[in-house]
Amino acid sequence: MASIDEGGGGGHKKGPGVKKAKKLSTRVDMTPMVDLGFLLITFFIFTTTMSSPTTMQLYMPKDTKDEDQNKAKESGALTIMLGKNNVVYVYRGQLLPDASNLHTTTFKGIRDTIIQMKKDVINAHVHDAGCTKIQEEARVGNPNVKPPILPDPNWKNACLDKDLVIVIKPDDEATYKNTIDILDEMAISAIKRYAMVDLFPIEKDLIKKIESGN
Amino acid sequence: MPSVKIPRKSTFVDMTPFVDVAFLILTFFIMATKFKPEEPVEIKTPNSVSTRDLPEDDAIQVTFDSTGRVFFSVLSEKDPKIKYDVIKHVNDTRSLGLTDAEMKNFVRTPSVGVPFSGLKQLLAIPQEDQKNFKQPGIPLDTLGGELYYWIRDAVGTFSGKKLLFLIKGDNSAKYPAFKQVLNAFKKNEIFKFQMITMLEDAPAGSELAILRNREKAASK
Repeated sequence: MASIDEGGGGGHKKGPGVKKAKKLSTRVDMTPMVDLGFLLITFFIFTTTMSSPTTMQLYMPKDTKDEDQNKAKESGALTIMLGKNNVVYVYRGQLLPDASNLHTTTFKGIRDTIIQMKKDVINAHVHDAGCTKIQEEARVGNPNVKPPILPDPNWKNACLDKDLVIVIKPDDEATYKNTIDILDEMAISAIKRYAMVDLFPIEKDLIKKIESGN
Repeated sequence: MPSVKIPRKSTFVDMTPFVDVAFLILTFFIMATKFKPEEPVEIKTPNSVSTRDLPEDDAIQVTFDSTGRVFFSVLSEKDPKIKYDVIKHVNDTRSLGLTDAEMKNFVRTPSVGVPFSGLKQLLAIPQEDQKNFKQPGIPLDTLGGELYYWIRDAVGTFSGKKLLFLIKGDNSAKYPAFKQVLNAFKKNEIFKFQMITMLEDAPAGSELAILRNREKAASK
């Protein structure tokens, strides 16, 4: 297969009657072996899952009555609502009655919104007693957890964003991917405090109104 | 005119290096391959920057697909007996009347997505033929539905052992499906989950990327 048949087997004619012992070639035709090899390679390529799945941690709060819930400082609260078709609605603090502080953005834009919010919270930071504890924890780190938390060289800044709380409220039309993406944004922007809760009825209506308007 | 004699060259190609390369690649793929267990549905999981590895043992996994069908599975590579214990426990508490052979079949079944009433029917089918059986998903409601009992009995069987709770969802599944699964866990007083995702890199310049670089530098 790997060679083209040249016919006759070659060699000079020695004349009649002279018989020559036929030399057998020691070359082995490797073509079938190559075929088999590549067939198996193809098989393994198709069955292989190259990127191994990873897992993402999620801690949910216990369902408690409203009065037990931690009160977040209004100035440090950012509410992210996930709507239909990968649209994100975001507002700071309390939702105003006329919804003038509600902004519509996308999953691309939300990172900048979060970073900006974090900056603003850091700028408005006031040192208090709770801060000292957070700073101390950051300075020492924690080698006992997995993965270990390293001592932070910028431990003085550790509590600057302690007032920042992000509230995630996925709508019924939001997909699972949206939910994971927004939780991922929390990890990407190193947000320490965030919670996933249900929409208020008023917010639900608002989203419905905006979506039906488009 | 002297005739130019063209020397006849052999057309035989030496395939040996070719074979070498082919088998080298083959060896690599054999080594790198890990067969994915056949699932009754195909799930496209979202990406995340999380780097935690997926456990293979001592975990229960709840899968939901794009239409909201929910499947339950027990991951126990090392000790298949636990899987048997789980189904036995479920069989006892829910009085399903499964035979021993059907319970043994459950051990081989990667995941189940039928109501308790249809479990006997599913497990009567040999594992290889189950993919032809359309599984409607475990019934769910806001209080957890039947999934609640699956989780409760699995936790009861594993009692005393460290058990991980995996959630695997499809990209296009709607949020309420996810919430109902969470509710079934929450009703069992479980608040810590691991969501199965595909790894993606932390975006350059983000705080996480800076932190990871610092950790990398520290480990060197």
